[in-house]
Amino acid sequence: MRYITPRKAAQGLGSAHSGTADHWFITVSSCALVLLVPAFLLVIGNAIGLPHPELVAYFGRPYPALITALFIVVGMVHFIKGTRIMIDDYFQHTARKVAIIVSVVFSWAVIAAAVFALAKMTLVTFAI
Amino acid sequence: MADVNRGNRPLSPHLQVYRLPMAAVTSIMTRITGHALVAGILLLVWWLVAAVSGPRAFAAADWVVRSWIGFIVLTGSAWALWFHTLAGIRHLFYDSGQLLRIEEAERASWAIIIGSVVLTLLSLILFFFA
Repeated sequence: MRYITPRKAAQGLGSAHSGTADHWFITVSSCALVLLVPAFLLVIGNAIGLPHPELVAYFGRPYPALITALFIVVGMVHFIKGTRIMIDDYFQHTARKVAIIVSVVFSWAVIAAAVFALAKMTLVTFAI
Repeated sequence: MADVNRGNRPLSPHLQVYRLPMAAVTSIMTRITGHALVAGILLLVWWLVAAVSGPRAFAAADWVVRSWIGFIVLTGSAWALWFHTLAGIRHLFYDSGQLLRIEEAERASWAIIIGSVVLTLLSLILFFFA
């Protein structure tokens, strides 16, 4: 026999009464991303193919840097919430916790890497 | 039990024989494109970090970005991004109670599919010729 109460067995499988916060965040960030997506595609389209020094100078300018930073920060946090819905649909118990942790840690690592690169390109551009 | 009709009962729709409505296909594609975008963002962030790591690191990343592998990943990502964006806009309509009738949802699905391909081609034309 299992030494577990029926309540404990059901815990975590139903509503936590807090899901609307995630849905609202995805709604708000999706509105921001509708504007950021075309802007980001234009920025990246102009950047690909530039020689190294010009590329660094390009991302040292305010608009390319701000649009890229905003797109990656807002996009990756939106990605965390989006993967969370997928994880909640397909994973249970410990696998769910591990998947959520991997998703959050990975996304913030991507954000940190991008922000570091953009900050350094701005500083290098100032040094010139 | 001999009189039970075993051959002529209605069956529940099974994924392998049931033709999914376009609204279901585009809904599944929204989730797939959203997750697949991780490939494009990883490639671009690697490229950005390489640009501040040194000339050799940048040469490697820039080669990948401008190679046929980069072309496939970035063009695929551009399409996935447009698709996910259009499907996201449709979700904003859904949330406000619109486009929920079957014919509307079906038409919106085709608009997302065709729109995403047109916007991707437009992006490529802008990239190569402007």
